[in-house]
Amino acid sequence: MISIQGLSKTFRTSDGTVEALKNVSLTVNDGDIYGIIGMSGAGKSTLVRCINLLERPTEGTVLIDGRGLCSLTEPELRKVRRRISMIFQSFNLLAQRTCLKNICFPLELAGVKSRDAEIRARELLALVGLPDKADAYPAQLSGGQQQRIAIARALATDPKVLLCDEATSALDPKTTHDILSLLRDLHNKLGLTVILITHQMSVVEEICSRVAILDNGSVVEEGPVEEVFSAPKSEAARRLVFPDGYDTLPSASEGKRRIRIVFRGYSTTTTPLIARMAIEEKILANILAASIKTISEKEYGSMVLEVADADELERALHYLSADPEIVAEEVESRA
Amino acid sequence: MPELHFEPIAETWRIISGECPFAIWETLYATILATALAIVIGLPLGVLLVAGEQDGVLPLPKWLLHALNVLINILRSIPFIILMILVIPLTRLLIGKAYGTMASVVPLVIAAFPFVARLVESSLREVNPSLIEMAQSLGATPFQIITKVMLRESVPSLISNFTIAITTILGYTAMSGAVGGGGLGKLAITYGYNRYMYGVMAASVVLLVVLVQLFQMLGTRFAAKADKRQR
Repeated sequence: MISIQGLSKTFRTSDGTVEALKNVSLTVNDGDIYGIIGMSGAGKSTLVRCINLLERPTEGTVLIDGRGLCSLTEPELRKVRRRISMIFQSFNLLAQRTCLKNICFPLELAGVKSRDAEIRARELLALVGLPDKADAYPAQLSGGQQQRIAIARALATDPKVLLCDEATSALDPKTTHDILSLLRDLHNKLGLTVILITHQMSVVEEICSRVAILDNGSVVEEGPVEEVFSAPKSEAARRLVFPDGYDTLPSASEGKRRIRIVFRGYSTTTTPLIARMAIEEKILANILAASIKTISEKEYGSMVLEVADADELERALHYLSADPEIVAEEVESRA
Repeated sequence: MPELHFEPIAETWRIISGECPFAIWETLYATILATALAIVIGLPLGVLLVAGEQDGVLPLPKWLLHALNVLINILRSIPFIILMILVIPLTRLLIGKAYGTMASVVPLVIAAFPFVARLVESSLREVNPSLIEMAQSLGATPFQIITKVMLRESVPSLISNFTIAITTILGYTAMSGAVGGGGLGKLAITYGYNRYMYGVMAASVVLLVVLVQLFQMLGTRFAAKADKRQR
């Protein structure tokens, strides 16, 4: 279990101080695939670097299985780091080494004999699906293949936790999907805990079980992915979950009110809900935006409706909320 | 200045064929030995210049790094011809005499190691800082980062820079001919400058050019061969 408690990080720059993280607290359970999502500049990379202490937090602590990292000596910390490895956006392979030797690198650092290291590295090459690339150099591989080698390298020391810093941001959608599938497989096979930093909603939707939304250095929302994404409460979360279709709506005309509904599951997405509401409640709702998303392999529909006044709003919310698979709430229309 | 004249070809050829082989040997010997020693001293210093910074992998006390930088700058700003004379007492102490090829190695090393340190520094600064972060995230010690990441990843660049060093030092050995050093420079100065035998001087210069070309060609080839980035 990784527990981040009251973490703050302040950088001193030539023009004053920058608070990259403000009092962040999170708990990641063993076996989670935990997503940390935010816009660029939200502090994601700083947060992930505080987990293995590549950055020293200004305040707060990181506990791994109840053990505080900040009080460890350098040699102790180096040992812990072998159990929490990391992959990067730019892969960071050593250009002058073959793929096999890149995978051997962390074992070499740990003092493993080179013959044993090579045997292990070949197993890992097979595990990531590139058994024939042992003698290739990184420059000869595609981005997706390079990230696979980086994953194999990260797994060489049998870590419990894998930190992914924008690991798919430099890849095209198809390759991103392949890498995420690989991560999910490894998570299932090896019982890895994965912490994934990204600015891509689709990445979190595809593989994460829990998500924290980081905005301007603070965690503004945290929970199971379905809950957070189906009914985002914070402004930052809404911006991420409904990047268009919500933000780009025209502002509401005088007196009109807006409702967002989220349908969870198949049964509700197949019911002609709005038509039924019009017949049964005589509410003529105007559909402003609608979409269907797949989150953690489940279908979610969302819709933004506009109704005439406060009374209709009240009745519509009452009507819609009767179905437990539907979440309906009023949304502020911005001026 | 006396009129420019050429010795009879036979006389010139006699001197060239008689003295050049040994002069080439002396030049190569002084150049290679001085370069090797300059690398032995300059390489660790270059590493310290980069790793010893406050945000480097092996931070040194600020005053020490500052002192190192000042020392290197001072040594680099003394013209070589003057440095040779300045270090004569040290040369006597180390070699027992202040003239000859072996004696010229002392000022050559003193002139070259600060230069090599700067070249190593520039090579190491080319290493992507993300690679160092990667190695840290895998639990590498500072020494492992220096040897396995910083130095290993910059091998092609180090070879290119050492090639620059060896050709520069070759030029310096020729200069050392003016104050008692041996080699092609001495040949050019004693026959060309003191005895107006331009044929001998021209031959020495051609040989120096050939040596520089040779070193540069080999260096470029080795650097390209060592680099696995572009395949």
